[in-house]
Amino acid sequence: VSVESVESQIAEWRAYVATAPGVNGHDVDELEDHLRHQIAELSAVGLAPDEAFLVAVKRMGDLDALSREFAREHSGRLWKQLVLRGDDEPARAAGGWLEPLIFAVAAAVVVQVARLAAGFPDEEPNWLARNASLFVLPLLAASFARQRQLDTRRWVLTAAPFVLAALVVNLYPYETDSATEVLVALDLPVVLWFAVAYPYMGGTVQSHERRMDFVRFTGEWFIYYVLIALGGGVLMGLTAAILEPTGVDVERIAEWVLPSGAAGGVIVAAWLVEWKQRVVENMAPVLSMLFTPLFAVMLAGAAVVYAVTGLGGAFDRDLVSVFDALLLVVLGLVLYGISARDPSTSPDWMDRIQLVAVVSALALDVMVLGTMIARIGELGFTPNRTAALGLNLVLLVNLGGAAWLSARFLAGRSRLHRLERWQTTYLPVFAMWAATVVVILPPLFAFD
Amino acid sequence: VHIDKDLVAASATPLVLAILAEGESYGYAILKRVRALSGGEIEWTDGMLYPLLHRLRRLGYVTTEWRTPPEGRRRQYYKLTDDGLAVLADQQRQWDTVTSALNGVWRGPGGLLAAVREA
Repeated sequence: VSVESVESQIAEWRAYVATAPGVNGHDVDELEDHLRHQIAELSAVGLAPDEAFLVAVKRMGDLDALSREFAREHSGRLWKQLVLRGDDEPARAAGGWLEPLIFAVAAAVVVQVARLAAGFPDEEPNWLARNASLFVLPLLAASFARQRQLDTRRWVLTAAPFVLAALVVNLYPYETDSATEVLVALDLPVVLWFAVAYPYMGGTVQSHERRMDFVRFTGEWFIYYVLIALGGGVLMGLTAAILEPTGVDVERIAEWVLPSGAAGGVIVAAWLVEWKQRVVENMAPVLSMLFTPLFAVMLAGAAVVYAVTGLGGAFDRDLVSVFDALLLVVLGLVLYGISARDPSTSPDWMDRIQLVAVVSALALDVMVLGTMIARIGELGFTPNRTAALGLNLVLLVNLGGAAWLSARFLAGRSRLHRLERWQTTYLPVFAMWAATVVVILPPLFAFD
Repeated sequence: VHIDKDLVAASATPLVLAILAEGESYGYAILKRVRALSGGEIEWTDGMLYPLLHRLRRLGYVTTEWRTPPEGRRRQYYKLTDDGLAVLADQQRQWDTVTSALNGVWRGPGGLLAAVREA
């Protein structure tokens, strides 16, 4: 038996192993090196090359089991192809397009019913804004609960936060034009998004790997949603341009199409992330690589400018919201950057840039907090100031920890794993603060 | 002796860490060392070593480096970190406790080994 035939057998084996989910190129190199060692050793004790090959492959183990082990360790690599269920047994996401379509249509119908009941857009009752996320996200949670085949207990636990939220936001006696009501409308979607995390993670909230999967999911969902919104905008624009001359009332069409499209898009985007991931898989890391440096430059510049000029004069409520939005975007980029990063590589320039972004954001946050505390000392607490103060404190602790850990990581004194853990451990804090704003703040300020 | 698969799995991490404490190494050499140490009694499915090594790397117990030795193919070397050393020491204490407890009950007066020998 010639050496070439063994070489071609190894090449075939290599190609076959490379198709296994969860196994990447480096792993195949490593496994091939192992296989060659084993063949060489077996040949040395007298086995024919092709026999040695067979024994070595047998010793390597069943490829399915091996692939599953790799998948379990590197869930980040294939989180989109495999969904790990509660018992940690990988199962392929059962994937027809019919079911998500039904959920999307249901969301569109629910939103439409609510719109008609409210008389929107002629009337703009506050309950509509307060409840907006409750029309869509329960359906998303239900679709995940179905896909993950949750048991009855987990279904109940999935439903509980939605029921509680619906009771709280509709039974609280808000004053007319109350600030707490606006805060609830802003924070409830955040709370409910975390509630979606529970069925998404298959009812396992402890696993830090699943939490990271949910962070990835959120990032990619956001990108898909923006793409869908852009496409929908183009479609609406062209529809308006075409129908305008015929005298059709385009506004009325938009009234019907926009809310339903926005609601259905939430489900469709989630479905796309789960099953049609190929495009975004390559695009999302590229986007975060592109925007992290740009945001780092912008934040560093802003931090320097504000450090020189001081925040005092320019500071008002709108600016606080802008700052908070900016800090949240940075946090999102950092989180997504970590989740998309290969944890096995050593620190590179992207990590340094990310640290610049985090430290600048931290500096801005400290300045905002200082001004805000001064203002509260002067004028007292209001719902808006309390909510903003809490959010900035929550962000300060997160960014501080992230800056500290990534500086240590860059100095080679800590592992990326610590940074990942910090972020995944911290996620519930965001959920808890948003829940506090929804549940505790309104009664605290007498629903004002 | 056939060694139960749960026991093989439980001992895998301390075994690999201990082997790496002897000096940096790579996959195949680690596996050979396991076979030599156990006289071939501990049977691993070769491939499964790698997900385990990657887990240790993720947890920061080992660092890795791709190198090409003078004669040979490019391969990944694993090296124990201080964290890994600390975990190894901890594991050692745990296993010492377990084995001394088992020895106490098996070798002591009226112990299982004595009973087996008499039988």
